[in-house]
Amino acid sequence: MADITMPKTAARISDEAAAAKRARMDLISAVVRYSLLFGVGFLMLYPLIWLVGASFKTNSEIFAGAGFLPESPTVEGYVQGWQTSTPYTFGRFFWNSFLIILPKVIGTAISCTMVAYAFARFEFPLKKILFGSVIAVLLLPNVVTRIPQYILFRDLGWLDSFLPLWVPSALAGDAFFVFMLVQFLRSLPTDMEEAARVDGANSLQTLIFIVVPMLGPALVSVCLFQFMWTMNDFLGPLIYISSVDKYPVSLALKLSIDTTEAFEWNRILAMSVLTITPALVVFFAAQRYFIEGISAGGRKG
Amino acid sequence: MRSQRFLGYAYLTPYLIGLVIFTAIPFLTSLYLSFTSYDLMSSPQWTGLSNYERLFTRDRTFDKSLTVTLIYVFSTVPLKLAFALFIAAILNYKLKFINFFRTAFYVPSILGGSIAIAVLWRYLFSAEGLVNMAIGAVGFAPVDWFGDPTNALFTITLLRCWQFGSAMVIFLAALQSIDKSLYEAASIDGAGKVTTFFFVTLPLLTPVIFFNLVMQMVQAFQEFNGPYIITQGGPLKSTYLLPLYIYEEAFKKFNMGYASAIAWVLFAIIMILTIVAFWSSKKWVYYAGDKRS
Repeated sequence: MADITMPKTAARISDEAAAAKRARMDLISAVVRYSLLFGVGFLMLYPLIWLVGASFKTNSEIFAGAGFLPESPTVEGYVQGWQTSTPYTFGRFFWNSFLIILPKVIGTAISCTMVAYAFARFEFPLKKILFGSVIAVLLLPNVVTRIPQYILFRDLGWLDSFLPLWVPSALAGDAFFVFMLVQFLRSLPTDMEEAARVDGANSLQTLIFIVVPMLGPALVSVCLFQFMWTMNDFLGPLIYISSVDKYPVSLALKLSIDTTEAFEWNRILAMSVLTITPALVVFFAAQRYFIEGISAGGRKG
Repeated sequence: MRSQRFLGYAYLTPYLIGLVIFTAIPFLTSLYLSFTSYDLMSSPQWTGLSNYERLFTRDRTFDKSLTVTLIYVFSTVPLKLAFALFIAAILNYKLKFINFFRTAFYVPSILGGSIAIAVLWRYLFSAEGLVNMAIGAVGFAPVDWFGDPTNALFTITLLRCWQFGSAMVIFLAALQSIDKSLYEAASIDGAGKVTTFFFVTLPLLTPVIFFNLVMQMVQAFQEFNGPYIITQGGPLKSTYLLPLYIYEEAFKKFNMGYASAIAWVLFAIIMILTIVAFWSSKKWVYYAGDKRS
């Protein structure tokens, strides 16, 4: 108010100059920031964009230039790549991946929910030590248990089946998910559960009808991450699956590099595109859950 | 909370079974196997410390593999985290399209572990691949990525740095939860943006930096897909990381005892570094808080 009537003193003018300077600095820093982000973003995503473009190129064009648009688009790479050098098509390998993923995801969701419920809502002897073991398993490098696990699965006669890939996960073996769900569950209020208990619900009913619906978003994150990781998993199938007819896509892709004569890159790139498509589709359909899941995992609780 | 003291155990059952059968027993078994010679055919033969003796005194491949692994981890993890933090700090300003960028930067993390991306990498850095085309376009000589021992490891480091997105998302979430009044206070005290970042933001981020550091380190020590697909451990074993060595000893040559010994050395290194990180974390978090007051 007083400003309007006040004469412009020297101090005020320098204030304005400072404000103008600040505005200019802000503009410059915004320009710098945006160009950095666009530059980095371009570098990050160009290989992927190029991959999609190149999968429609002929084999000779792939090495001819850095542009991503094919001159004369062809689906030859897809057609030939899909056939593979085995008696099976890539369809079979996708089906195998699906057969590995579905039971694994369901088993993970059920077992991790139960375990997280135990840790977040019950008091029992040795609870602290047992929760400590979750963290220990989370940090324990798989490399140290892999060999005895292999021997165990061999003795059980489970080699070359999907059981070694399913069973550990169905027994809440992926500690990351247990940890994530416990963190999430601890942040939820318990009054609904109290109310259900007063109404005579037992703990299992409370879990199914009250806790699971509240856990919804976190459970979706768990399923999505498990889907993604299993789709990408290579070492597990590499060790346990030996017959080509049971290969998931990750192994099939590796096989196609090994067996394709003189590297028919267009076939391999075309199959690479197909391999990453399910993960990309799921990610874009549900990216909110990924971002929330990963952020929640990093939060210290 | 509940009256029944043991009801919790009912829900814990799957975890307990899994913990014993798939973690605890294998963990101890692998320690036992590391003192034996075992080829899966006959039963394990106790050989005492001879596996370890061979590892540390006579195994050139192990020396090479260990060196390469340490170089890989200590270059990849800091690079990746610094980059993730840098981009997260930029994204933390009030920018338009922040969600767009966050998504774009996260996509490589979603796909990075996939064999398809390792295959793509193998093409990108091949002699006539996209990277050399781009280098050529700005007038530089093409680089021999897979023929030169130093470059080959670097391509794998680059692949993992490319996946900085998940670390970045964690940093960004932490940055967004910092109380804005702290920045105002710093600004009133005359602190510039850089000073504010190093003396206000960074200390407050130490818990997530620590979390990312430990997780990324444990992961980096177990890198397998990259060297297996992209470089096959070569050239001259310059990308022959320990997990690759363990895999070949165990599942190609079926030297289960020797492979277990290597795995235990790798485990010991990871464990010692994790303990150092935990132990030192108390210091740097406390130190930061002390310095601010």
